[in-house]
Amino acid sequence: MDSLPPHMRPERSFQGLILALQRYWADYGCVILQPYDMEVGAGTFHPATTLRALGPRPWKAAYVQPSRRPKDGRYGENPNRLQHYYQFQVIIKPSPPDLQELYLKSLTAIGIDSHLHDIRFVEDDWESPTLGAWGLGWECWCDGMEVSQFTYFQQVAGVECAPVAGELTYGLERLAVYLQGVDRIMDLNFNGRDGADRVSYRDVFLQAEQEYSRHNFEYADTAMLFEQFRMAEEACRKYLEAGWNNGGNRKEHLMALPAYDQCIKASHVFNLLDARGVISVTERQSYIMRVRELAKACGEAWVHTEAGGAATLSFPQGEGK
Amino acid sequence: MPDLLLELFSEEIPARMQAKAAEDLRRMVTDRLVAEGLVYEGARAFATPRRLALTVHGIPARQSDLKEERKGPRVGGPEAAIAGFLKATGLASLDQAKIQRDPKKGDFYIALIEKPGRATLDVLADMLPVIIRTFPWPKSMRWGERSGRPGALQWVRPLHAIVATFGMETEEPEVVKFAIDGIEAGQTTYGHRFMAPAPIGVRRFADYEAKLQAAKVVLDAQARKNIILADAKQLAFAQGFELIEDQALLDEVAGLVEWPVVFMGSFEKEFLSIPSEVIRATIRTNLKCFVVRQPASPLPAGERSAARVSATAGEGALANKFVLTANIEASDGGKTIVAGNERVIRARLSDAKFFYESDLKTKLEDRLPKFDGIVFHEKLGTQGERIERIERLAAEIAPLVGADVEKTRRAARLAKADLLTEVVGEFPELQGLMGKYYALAQGEDASVAAASEEHYKPQGPNDRVPTDPVSVAVALADKIDTLVGFWAIDEKPTGSKDPYALRRAALGVIRLIVENRLRIHWSRLLRDEAIRIQQQQWEDSSLLDELLDLPATGVDVESIRNALSNAAAESGLRIGLRVSSDLLSFFADRLKVQLREQGARHDLVDAVFALEGQDDLLMVVRRVEALGEFLDTDDGKNLLAGTKRANNILAIEEKRDKRTFDGAPIPALYSLAEEKALADAIDLARVEASVAVMNEDFAVAMSAIAKLRPAVDAFFDKVKVNDDEPKVRENRLKLLNEIRSVTRAVADFSKIQD
Repeated sequence: MDSLPPHMRPERSFQGLILALQRYWADYGCVILQPYDMEVGAGTFHPATTLRALGPRPWKAAYVQPSRRPKDGRYGENPNRLQHYYQFQVIIKPSPPDLQELYLKSLTAIGIDSHLHDIRFVEDDWESPTLGAWGLGWECWCDGMEVSQFTYFQQVAGVECAPVAGELTYGLERLAVYLQGVDRIMDLNFNGRDGADRVSYRDVFLQAEQEYSRHNFEYADTAMLFEQFRMAEEACRKYLEAGWNNGGNRKEHLMALPAYDQCIKASHVFNLLDARGVISVTERQSYIMRVRELAKACGEAWVHTEAGGAATLSFPQGEGK
Repeated sequence: MPDLLLELFSEEIPARMQAKAAEDLRRMVTDRLVAEGLVYEGARAFATPRRLALTVHGIPARQSDLKEERKGPRVGGPEAAIAGFLKATGLASLDQAKIQRDPKKGDFYIALIEKPGRATLDVLADMLPVIIRTFPWPKSMRWGERSGRPGALQWVRPLHAIVATFGMETEEPEVVKFAIDGIEAGQTTYGHRFMAPAPIGVRRFADYEAKLQAAKVVLDAQARKNIILADAKQLAFAQGFELIEDQALLDEVAGLVEWPVVFMGSFEKEFLSIPSEVIRATIRTNLKCFVVRQPASPLPAGERSAARVSATAGEGALANKFVLTANIEASDGGKTIVAGNERVIRARLSDAKFFYESDLKTKLEDRLPKFDGIVFHEKLGTQGERIERIERLAAEIAPLVGADVEKTRRAARLAKADLLTEVVGEFPELQGLMGKYYALAQGEDASVAAASEEHYKPQGPNDRVPTDPVSVAVALADKIDTLVGFWAIDEKPTGSKDPYALRRAALGVIRLIVENRLRIHWSRLLRDEAIRIQQQQWEDSSLLDELLDLPATGVDVESIRNALSNAAAESGLRIGLRVSSDLLSFFADRLKVQLREQGARHDLVDAVFALEGQDDLLMVVRRVEALGEFLDTDDGKNLLAGTKRANNILAIEEKRDKRTFDGAPIPALYSLAEEKALADAIDLARVEASVAVMNEDFAVAMSAIAKLRPAVDAFFDKVKVNDDEPKVRENRLKLLNEIRSVTRAVADFSKIQD
């Protein structure tokens, strides 16, 4: 790290932080993926986590995922809340025995010295009702601030994880705010340069926060969104249905990924409708259930694909869809 | 005798689970030892974030040998029975069995089985893996490569190492040899995660505890708590403040560190403009830090005005300081840690201040329309409808509890409005309290504002009961609406299931009534509330509209509408009556629980509720109290015995004759002086008791009835009830019935147990 020029250093530059994490996890052996090209609420939704966490095959990946939480928008005025932010996601299956040490070393790699700071693992049981997923783990605290989530997945998309994957999620803006010693996310130095060359988080994202907050809370076309939800749900089911391929007495699925895209879509559309305040409390539950049903069906399909480890599963005679 | 040392070293165990886990470990191991015939001298268990540890000392090195006689089949018994006997006892042939003579039943075989005791080390090696595999964590998990296989070990978080040694204090102990999912028990543990991560070899508890201490791990949670509390107090005191103690937080914090290092930090004074409870909740919930206050003694005027006066009388105002507990002696002495925590607290307090100030911009009543879009319960309509009902019911109750009706209405309307504020969204535990702050800020009457906080009370048996009449009216209305609502849709608590905390609500109603000495007849109030809920649901349902949309021409729409709404009203009334009577008996049950906890007899509650029309709960309590006192006297006991005797005779004769003996006895048929005397005594007692009951003086009523005692005793002494002359017999039975009826002025004595 000492060899890095100042503008590349993780404690000076937002992108420097991302690059340092990518370098660290690449060096460990993860495939460094790019963000998934759809709107999602968290890095977990990326099929590289949700689907790859399932099945017996080993998997190590890391990536940045832009995450959208329409309800969290504050028109760029709240120092700590955004409707669009970045997560850095690491997923390793099976979870290695030294995952905590690996994580702590990654903190060292971005300039957090564990002899100088107070780093703590505080209970946080993770659950995603929309994904039909849960796991046990912690919030990782650095001097009282939650900088990451650490989860051992037990179940995803309604399927037991066997073996269990370890998931690390770094909240990049929070981490950067801490490393750079600023009080507002918007004040972050994005590119690590000074003077006229300096680009701040504000320069990149303030307008977007304002525009999207307006959109999410006031103008998002609800009639269209309701229709989109319905369409995504229908398409997901259609693709799942069409994907089953009964070869001999083994069942195989050929379209889990495209079906899952529609599940992601439905989830995001639901979040938008929720932000617009047009979904009542009881309806809310039922929408969450509907997305979960899609996610579970996608998980079921995925474990019958090649990458989902179908070849290692055997199916009893007579089991059919 | 030898000692056992066991340590289970894992990734961070949730703080809230540690104490129980240590206790479970102690209980499971020692129970198992005792079951194996190994009686130990003592045991202590410990927990830190990363380990459970147990020491059991004074365990015998071996089990004692067991000698057991087992009875077998009779001599010459069936072959199958003999074969089974040999197999079960491990005897090679019948020659090894003894024969027991029994001249009555016949001789039979006896096997003498000798079971040599096992070495404790082996017993431990068998039992410890079972205990670990069946450990009762509230939630446990799988991890790593083995998690893909069936039967993989589950633990609260990944388990990394096991120490298990057994031996005498003076000797090198032996390792208890076992392995679970690839983790082999041994003698190696690890110190503090950052300050002493190297492996440590341990032999027995004494050196284990000392080596951990040297490796920056305080094993005993109580010792960690003592350190944190003492240091926190000291830090606060040194700067002229007072620590606000918080046991639950202390327990939690001690479960988050192996090596507590306490620091004090500060935040900007401007944040003290936020209500102190919000500051405290922010700092406690988000950072697990303590807050401190100014000492209760008066401060110099300048400082005093800077700090907001705390809501709690007699306490000093909150100071702009906090106390944090780190888990490390940092290389810079903690400067970075304190600065980091201060920044996080600043960010969180900015959020809180932002929320609080933006909450203040909206008047509470302007938030109400939103409740129309929030479902309270699928079958009970929206929060908006609920608030309307509570307002109406509170206004009805207000005059009965001496509250101003208009203030009560206003209070009920605003009481829930803070649920939609940002601060309560962040910190649900501040509901009600924030409502009070916001109400005061918008200039509401003090009683109206207080009701926002108070109407949730009492929350449990130890919570304070509100006394301001406005708060009392709203608190009752809130709870009654909840109870009636869930009764109307038949969602009552069953067994251990009470998801809507209805038992707590009922107990709250009882305490509000009893402690405020409120006289209210509940039947009609409960019934009307149930009818209102039905009505609302009926109006909400689209059934009527759908029916009226029928394109059936020629149908008299108006008459259908009337018929339907009459039917609805009728069923509403029926349900209302059912709910009202069901709920009253639920109150009776809760009252029984409540009185029993206070030492009263639950059968007395039954005896009072068995009377007609007991819907004034305060009077029920008074009757029960008077009855209890009465039954403690000799007169009471004897009268109870006499009444019971009368009851028993009546029960038998009523059964025999298949009739009751109601109606007044005929004085002309009295042939004995004792009969006449009893009749006179009953007449007198009846008059005196009913006057006393009318005056609600139950003690006087009881003593009026107590005067019956000599007459009842004399009657049973001298009078034969079942006279040969049927008319006399009937008359005497009617007289007995009179005893029963006159005692019912205060209670149904037949429900009282001896």
